[in-house]
Amino acid sequence: MPRVSIWFVRTSLLALLVGVTLGAVMLGAKGLGAAPAVWFLLPAHLELVLVGWMLQLAMGVAQWILPRFGARGAARGSAAAWIAYVALNAGVLCVVVTATLSGPLAGALQWMGRLAEVGAVAAFVVSVWSRVRASGISAM
Amino acid sequence: MPPLTRWFVKTALVYLVVALLGGAVLASGPFLHLPAAILVAAPAQIHLFVVGWLTQLIFGIAYWMFPSHSRELPRGRNDIAIAVYVLLNAGLVLRAVVEPWQTVDPRPILGALLVASAVAQWLAGVGFVIHAWPRVRGR
Repeated sequence: MPRVSIWFVRTSLLALLVGVTLGAVMLGAKGLGAAPAVWFLLPAHLELVLVGWMLQLAMGVAQWILPRFGARGAARGSAAAWIAYVALNAGVLCVVVTATLSGPLAGALQWMGRLAEVGAVAAFVVSVWSRVRASGISAM
Repeated sequence: MPPLTRWFVKTALVYLVVALLGGAVLASGPFLHLPAAILVAAPAQIHLFVVGWLTQLIFGIAYWMFPSHSRELPRGRNDIAIAVYVLLNAGLVLRAVVEPWQTVDPRPILGALLVASAVAQWLAGVGFVIHAWPRVRGR
C-alpha cells in the first residue's frame, strides 16, 4: 500500500472513530430524552462519516488499487494525491468545527471547508485519471 | 473470500433490500394509512442503508482485501472481527426496532434499549478501527 494510501485510510479510520462516537452520543441522548441538547452535533457527524470516512477511504483505496504500471512515483503517491489528502482533511476539519460555532465566522469557515473539499476532489481526479485504464493483467 | 467476509457482504445485501423497501414504504405514507411508528422511521431507514449496507460492505471487504497482518494471523484477530459483526448487527437491528417505537411511545425501557444500541454500534466502530489499523501499512 503506498504511503499516501496509508495516510488516507488511517485518517479515514480516525474520522470513523470520531463520527461513530458523535452518532452514539446523539442516539444515546435520544434514549435518555436529551436529544435536543446534542442535536447540534448532527452536521459534524454527517461530515465525518460521509466525507471523512467513506469518501476518504474510497480515495485511499483507489490510490492503492488502481493500475499503476509505468506511473511515476506511484509507490509514494503523486503530488496531486497528497494535495487531495491535505485539502480534503482541511475541508472536513473546517466543516466539523463550524458545528460548534455560529455567526459569520461559521459561515465563512464552512464555505472555505467546502471549497477545500472541491479542490481535494479535483486533485484526486487529476491523480487517478491516467490510471483508469487496462492494467495488462485483467482478462477483460 | 473468507467466511466472515461472506457473512458481512450477504448481511449487507439483505440490509440493502430492506432499506430500499423501507424507503418505498415511507414514500407511500401520504397514500396509505400507516402506523405512526412507521411514519417516523426515516432515521432508522437511513441508517439501515448507510450502516447496514455501505459500512458493513466496507467492513467485510476490508477484512478480506487489506494487507495481511502477519504470517500467523493474515487477517488479524478473528475474535475482534467477529465481535464487530455481531455488535454492528445487534445494535442496528435494535435501533431499527426501538427508535421509531420510542419516538411515538417513549418509555424508560425503550430508552435504555436505544442506549444499548448506541453502545453496541459504537463498540463495533471502535473494534473495526482496532482490527484494521495494523493492516493499513506498506509491504
